[in-house]
Amino acid sequence: MVQKLACAFLLMIGMVCLFADQLAPAGYAKQFRESPNAAPSRKHLLGTDDIGRDRFSRALYGTRISLLLAPAAALLSTLLAALIGGVAGYLGGFWARCAMGFTDLFLSLPWLFLLIMVRGFLPLDVSPVLSVLATFSLLGLLGWAAAARILCAGATTIRNSDFLLQARASGLRRVRLFVFHVLPNLKPILYAQFWISIPVFILSEANLGILGLGVAEPMPSWGSLLRELEGMLSFAEAPWKLVPLVLLILVVSSFELILTKQEFAT
Amino acid sequence: MMRHRVLGRLILITFLCLGSTFARSETELRFCLRTEPKNLNPLLVSNDAEETIRYLTGGVLVRVNRQTQQLEPELAESWNVSKDGRQITFKLRQGIAFSDGTPFSAADVAYTVQQLMDPALHSATGDAFRSGAGTVSTKILASNHLAITFPAPVAGLDRLFDQVAILSSQSPKKEGAVLGPFVVAEYKPGASVLLKRNPNYWKKDSRSRRLPYLDSIRLDIQPNRDIELLHFKRGELDLINSLDSEYFDRLASTSPNLVHDAGPSLDSEQMWFNEVGNAPIPAYKRTWFRSTDFRRAIAQAINREDLSRVVFNGHAEPAIGPVSPANKFWFNDKLNPYPYDPEGALKKLQLVGFRLENGVLRDRDGNKVEFSIVTNAGNRYRERMAVMIQQDLQKVGIKVSVVTLDFPSLIERITQSFNYEAAILGLTNVDLDPNGQMNVWLSSAENHQWNPAQKSPETVWEAEIDRLMRAQASSIDPRKRKESFDRVQAIVMEQAPFIYLVNRNALSAISTSLHGASPVVLRPQTYWNADQLTLSAESGRGR
Repeated sequence: MVQKLACAFLLMIGMVCLFADQLAPAGYAKQFRESPNAAPSRKHLLGTDDIGRDRFSRALYGTRISLLLAPAAALLSTLLAALIGGVAGYLGGFWARCAMGFTDLFLSLPWLFLLIMVRGFLPLDVSPVLSVLATFSLLGLLGWAAAARILCAGATTIRNSDFLLQARASGLRRVRLFVFHVLPNLKPILYAQFWISIPVFILSEANLGILGLGVAEPMPSWGSLLRELEGMLSFAEAPWKLVPLVLLILVVSSFELILTKQEFAT
Repeated sequence: MMRHRVLGRLILITFLCLGSTFARSETELRFCLRTEPKNLNPLLVSNDAEETIRYLTGGVLVRVNRQTQQLEPELAESWNVSKDGRQITFKLRQGIAFSDGTPFSAADVAYTVQQLMDPALHSATGDAFRSGAGTVSTKILASNHLAITFPAPVAGLDRLFDQVAILSSQSPKKEGAVLGPFVVAEYKPGASVLLKRNPNYWKKDSRSRRLPYLDSIRLDIQPNRDIELLHFKRGELDLINSLDSEYFDRLASTSPNLVHDAGPSLDSEQMWFNEVGNAPIPAYKRTWFRSTDFRRAIAQAINREDLSRVVFNGHAEPAIGPVSPANKFWFNDKLNPYPYDPEGALKKLQLVGFRLENGVLRDRDGNKVEFSIVTNAGNRYRERMAVMIQQDLQKVGIKVSVVTLDFPSLIERITQSFNYEAAILGLTNVDLDPNGQMNVWLSSAENHQWNPAQKSPETVWEAEIDRLMRAQASSIDPRKRKESFDRVQAIVMEQAPFIYLVNRNALSAISTSLHGASPVVLRPQTYWNADQLTLSAESGRGR
């Protein structure tokens, strides 16, 4: 029941975001300079931000960006994890030790500082859309290590299984073995890792956004929307500013609940 | 029964009176330092926290009155600068002692100057006095009279002594012996600095009562401004020396009597383009950035009024030039600010070969006019200004990308790799005198941000600024210096190497229990007259 509710909620949020262009009363970048920091009204359902941009519109577009790109980054990181962890586990021996050593090295790096550093090297003259893609691609490219370890362990188990021994004995080549026998058996782990990664990347982008290093202005994301809570001393001050936070909590919780269902299935 | 009641009331009143007496005798002012003081040596001040401690503990020969901006005598009764600007003589007050009781004399001033000018000390305060090669000599003419001679003329020489806290040549406590109103009693790294009243402070009020009135000042080390505000609201702090506009308004909404807006401060926010010859940016962009017409058009297309009103909630003024109107003497009041005029900006650009096609501005060769503005991540005011400028420039067909970078990356780009196109940053001015800006205006200077460390001036106007800055620095005639610096301001206005955006207002918060505070625009805005501040009884430490 809870899983169904979570699915329904995510579906609803997804639909709302897809139709953001139709639902948003104003563009996310439009500045109503005559009414900055306005309280909710009929014109601005969630008020306006510090420079007069409609907060409701920005929440819609921001949710769309975070919800579309976090799964894309999760897919990228899961694929990388499958490639590195899966192949290492399947090959075993020296290659597995090398790959896992590299993975451990990657895991030991402080990812936030790594992201900040890598971001510092990116070209400056890029459009906001490209900056969004760059941010999430970075998250995807840097977030594969933990999943790779799990996949390596899974692939090692499969490598030592009887059915793979039989397949090898029947003369199947390594690549074919990996593609047709190992990877399909890793699917439940890949699936779980994919779902685990989505909320992780949503939160990572939010973290970067809070530091002002996420998606470039004027494009909104949950991270940049959450920055408004910085310095808020009481919830009663402007409760409508909490909407992105509530959305984030609900969405991340929903993903976690769906994941539980997947885990049960596996 | 009735008698018991009366007796009870009498006892209660007595306790209340005693309580208030004790509270009065324990008046302690509390406010926050936002950084950790790394060094308590007043000659080695390098950050705001150290500057605060020096201001409150150090005795100086002369002091710039933060309200009138005029120089006033302190430990020196009088002083005289020689005509050639190389020598200054001080006549000192007599009968003054350091906080530990050691007497003050000309020998202490001579000792302080020797320490200050010792190259091994690497004192930033001392660097301000270095006008030429050679040594600084001091000559004690009498116990209260001395002359200090510099190898070359030093412009604004007397005002520089506002920053020089006199050390004792005899005290075993070294810099622990002070001549200022307070003395460092306790320092808990990462937590607080406790300053106690200097029992030997020389100043007295009109009723011959020895100053300061306060018994102590507790400086809590607190970098988080939210927590600082929270403590202030709870009554655990008596003042916030410098407040952001956002916090100011938040506090004003509940307690309007606690906040003070002293008007435009010396601090400015500005934007500039990268004009470095070998910067890794496309040549056509460098050509735009090096064009005075382009820069002036951009200056004209930015709505500074909106920046002040929206970003700073009205607690800033559109900036006019390199000197804020808060700097009463050096501000060139003949300058006219760039009016906000996007149509005029577009016309100006079209006159020099740019053209607007389908809402996109293109240069003579058909290149789209687009560039990025970098600023430091986490500074919401600068980020907001950048986003507003992005929208303003869109009106003239220019596409701007706003890029926020962590501070080290930003500094690396603007000072070493020069891999950026435009930047927004601020300048914090603590010095009224233009000599404090030599490191910005000389074309050879490292902080000549748009094109630093030039071997020889690359433009005629930069050569002219170099000449004028050197002329004002070598003259001791204030009128001639002002003429030269007025011209520098006019050239900067005409050429727009820096596009000045706003001058932030000096905002502060002061508890109603603190009396005698009169916020000003110069630092330290609220406690510049710390020796005359008082706390009312109910604000004693028992709060």
